[in-house]
Amino acid sequence: MVVGFSVNLEILKQLLVGFIQNEVGKMGFNKVVLGLSGGVDSSLCAYLAALALGKENILGVMMPYKTSNPESLRHAELVVKELRIRSLTVDITPMIDAYFQTFPEVDHIRRGNKMARERMTILYDQSAAENALVLGTSNKTELLLGYGTLFGDMASALNPIGDLYKTQVRLLAHHLGVPQVIIDKKPSADLWLGQSDEEELGFTYDEVDKVLYYLVDKRYSCADLIEKGYPADFVHSVYQKIQNSQFKRRLPIIAKVSERTIDRDFRYPRDWGR
Amino acid sequence: MILKVGLGQINPALGNLSRNIAIYEELFTLAKAQAVDLLIFPELGLTGYFLRDMVPEVALREESAILTRLKDMSREIPIATGFVEESKEHLFYNAGIYLEDGEVRHIHRKVYLPTYGMFDEQRYFARGKMVRAFDSKFGRAALLICEDLWHPSTAYIAFQDGADFLLVLSSSPGRGVDLGEKLVISDTWETLNKTYAKLFSQFIFFANRVGYEDGINFWGGSEIITPEGQQVAKGRYFQEELVVGEIDTNDIRRTRISTTLLRDEDLDLTLRELLRIHQKKFA
Repeated sequence: MVVGFSVNLEILKQLLVGFIQNEVGKMGFNKVVLGLSGGVDSSLCAYLAALALGKENILGVMMPYKTSNPESLRHAELVVKELRIRSLTVDITPMIDAYFQTFPEVDHIRRGNKMARERMTILYDQSAAENALVLGTSNKTELLLGYGTLFGDMASALNPIGDLYKTQVRLLAHHLGVPQVIIDKKPSADLWLGQSDEEELGFTYDEVDKVLYYLVDKRYSCADLIEKGYPADFVHSVYQKIQNSQFKRRLPIIAKVSERTIDRDFRYPRDWGR
Repeated sequence: MILKVGLGQINPALGNLSRNIAIYEELFTLAKAQAVDLLIFPELGLTGYFLRDMVPEVALREESAILTRLKDMSREIPIATGFVEESKEHLFYNAGIYLEDGEVRHIHRKVYLPTYGMFDEQRYFARGKMVRAFDSKFGRAALLICEDLWHPSTAYIAFQDGADFLLVLSSSPGRGVDLGEKLVISDTWETLNKTYAKLFSQFIFFANRVGYEDGINFWGGSEIITPEGQQVAKGRYFQEELVVGEIDTNDIRRTRISTTLLRDEDLDLTLRELLRIHQKKFA
């Protein structure tokens, strides 16, 4: 294990639970809605949220598509059962299929993105119905690599695990008692049959987390990392992924015209006045 | 003299003066009930920390209603707090104020404004140009703000200026989780506080806030350290509370008898060498 991933999990838990309580509370809410995919990221978020707000204040939404791996739904249901949180299942097949009837030839990337965005609209609608906030479940690894759908699974009001690498998500999930079967299974966005994150990315999370940790957290240059023994093409491809996905981590850019432009010279925190 | 010190480990609302003054009133009542002699609030305790463009909106002139209210409160208990000061020239300072018997006894304008990583202070604040000790009814004190203390020169000046008490107002963002029992930043601060207390044989009153702003946490852990480096009061991490501790001001005398650092410190040597270095660097 790389130094920096092994952390005091009790402090980490305390910090993230406090984050949810504080940031949800100060916006005038006491509930969150989150999508449960059956994967380790959303499962961990559900566990953290239940600790922070109480099981009755969490709505876990399961949104399978007809080609989704049935195991995903089973694992999401396992989380619901273990935590005794409220849940809702919305099959997105009719909405997705209705849309793609008009565009039958599209590739699985477009289909996958559409599904992610369909789920986002459901979560936001449910959050309005529940008077709740949408809890994000993207981890630092995927945010840095851009391995997520803009305005889809990346959309949320607040995200407790966006500064944790996948490796740390697994450690904390284990610490909080997320079922081991969820932690151990092969990570998948499950946007098409048999999809595997690591196959699609071309490297394992264990490998890439180390490179990301050194590049981002420890400010190593690519040259430093290659000197340290990491393969040059691997290091460069990771760097490229970070650079090419920068747009996903920012609000849309605005053409500057006036003397005071939003987010340029009009700078306020989100927690303005709260 | 036995002195009961209260550290207001609060969670201020960001840019919401009226809500924060209500928090101050609440803590003040608690402090009175516990017969606290001196009440200290954190850096920018009246306003919250990551203010950005709100800085001018929450800035206070000395004659403002809020400072007048705090002055009134200081007739009962002397108060130190962080706030945004607007000068007559309309410059904005990250400042600390010490109030006693209804009067302003001292204002310190933060000298070292962190502007790196998550910090943005030089974009919004003017830089203070002085470090001065001042006289309070309890003895000579100095007030420093957070990053100021990461420059040993500020604490050294306060020491040479005769400060027996160092009031440290802080809004320290929590970061760095390793295998230790506390955040890396907490460990660093606790080391700094203890080191300064011992090196300068003075009391440290460290008031640090808690809460979250845009996802960034503040870790609390306010503390009182004696000139011998003993911790006499310690706030919990991440939790709001009034941290109260009792000190014996005669500790300063006793410590300076047994540890003669102030007596032996050669100010002339320091000045001579610093002047030599200054001339070499800037001639």
